[in-house]
Amino acid sequence: MKRAILFWRITVGVVALALWQGLVSLKLLDPFFVSRPTDIARRIATWIASGTLWPHLIVTLEESLLGLVVGAALGIALGFVFARSPMVARVFDPYIKMLNAIPRVVLAPLFLLWFGLGIWSKVALAVTLVFFVMFFSTYQGVRDASQVLIDNVRMLGATERQLVRHVLVPSALTWIFSSLHTSLGFAMVGAVVGEYLGSTRGLGYVISQAEGTFDTTGVFAGMTILGVVVVIVSAGVTRLERWLLRWKKDER
Amino acid sequence: MAVGPHAFKKMLALELDRVSRHFVTPDGGTYRAIEDISLAVGAGAFVAIVGPSGCGKSTLLNVAAGLLPPSSGRVRVDGADLDGLNRRATYMFQQDALLPWKSVRDNVALGLTLAGVARAESLARADAWLARVGLTAFTTHYPAQLSGGMRKRVTMAQNWIIDRGLMLMDEPFSALDVHTRLRMETELLALWDEAGSASPVARPFQDRDRGAERAALQPSKRTVLFVTHDLDEAIALADEVVVLSAGPASHIVARHPVALDRPRDLMELRTTTAFVDLYRALWAVLREEVVKSQRQIVRGQPR
Repeated sequence: MKRAILFWRITVGVVALALWQGLVSLKLLDPFFVSRPTDIARRIATWIASGTLWPHLIVTLEESLLGLVVGAALGIALGFVFARSPMVARVFDPYIKMLNAIPRVVLAPLFLLWFGLGIWSKVALAVTLVFFVMFFSTYQGVRDASQVLIDNVRMLGATERQLVRHVLVPSALTWIFSSLHTSLGFAMVGAVVGEYLGSTRGLGYVISQAEGTFDTTGVFAGMTILGVVVVIVSAGVTRLERWLLRWKKDER
Repeated sequence: MAVGPHAFKKMLALELDRVSRHFVTPDGGTYRAIEDISLAVGAGAFVAIVGPSGCGKSTLLNVAAGLLPPSSGRVRVDGADLDGLNRRATYMFQQDALLPWKSVRDNVALGLTLAGVARAESLARADAWLARVGLTAFTTHYPAQLSGGMRKRVTMAQNWIIDRGLMLMDEPFSALDVHTRLRMETELLALWDEAGSASPVARPFQDRDRGAERAALQPSKRTVLFVTHDLDEAIALADEVVVLSAGPASHIVARHPVALDRPRDLMELRTTTAFVDLYRALWAVLREEVVKSQRQIVRGQPR
């Protein structure tokens, strides 16, 4: 089963790349607009060999990670507060919705103005994306906690704090983790969009420079690296999730 | 009953004094779940409450547990008015209430962990309880890996490890098949009988809410308030059977002592003449309430 999945995964990738390469070779697609897989691979190899890739990649990862950590911390904390006090939730409900509705691209120039061209404006952008995903899933996860479990633990003598620790947090973890994958992608998006709109370093900067010179190969190479990094980090999150939610194993 | 400073007057573990509980329905009306229920349960007694489905049995238990405040009337526990959660009671719920993310051992030890008992000690005592309910081989399993009957035994151990005088049980075995259920009932009675004779496992444990005064009364049988819709189970287990009317506005329609000898052999009990006579007498009362509740369901009234 596992091997079959791996086989088909690789097959899908190879076929897609071959199709792309083939269509360009047959002159059905213009490489000026879509580049071609071999060129992209060669470009990535050049970047890696010359070492020009690493500083950009590290900056983007740094911004994404900071955005993820800060956004998740704020989102989880506020999600808890909102879920535990209906009054706060009702009062702030329209404001949360309003803030969430703001397109982040609109915020980027403001953040550049407030936090400068360095990494913090990108971190801020990533935070605004990650926060809401984490906030809503924590809120939902805590609200979703089984009333019987809560009643039982209270009858067994739990204080409010113990209730949070033994029931609400573990119960919300499932939701938090399922959104962590989404958040991870969003954190990278936030960082790259921020870089794209104004910076001197990072993958977003690399992509925007390439676009400025109609270098489609450079654009695709940047996007490829971004995608690969997300897949690798996401696999790490899955492993962590599997360990933390090991009690669910036999239920599935 | 044990001897103690108050032994001269009748010790009451739980008193419900004209208790009613109403709920607001989604359309803004009032649903009267239980109405004007007065019930005194003596310390060490095993009282079963039976009634047709939807008669407010769970509401009654939730009020006794302090999970729901009564709309009117008073609840007294060991003679003192109940305010907030009932810290002298354990509650075994109808649904599964084990924490799915904790191992069997941690689930059993939970009450001790919450009370701040040292980890080594609480785990050792959890293991002793797991041995008592025959689950030593499953201490590191998670609840999802156990059968329904095993989960109920874990729940019993989880509740019995914290030594509290009053045990509230809400149809704890209703989800089990007949044979597992019979075994669980037997185990429950064995544990209950054992508590009266101060076995090494059920040795009294001073929980943070209990004073020295109660300690003087140890060891004593625990008081049980057992809710079920099954008259058969009620008679087999209890010292007294209380019949509730069909809802809404459930009230007590009959109280009947069960004068069957203890310890009881549940395998044989149900075919004895004494049991059958009791069953007939109580079924005559319960039958009418069941019929009423059926009629209401047919008419589509709220349960």
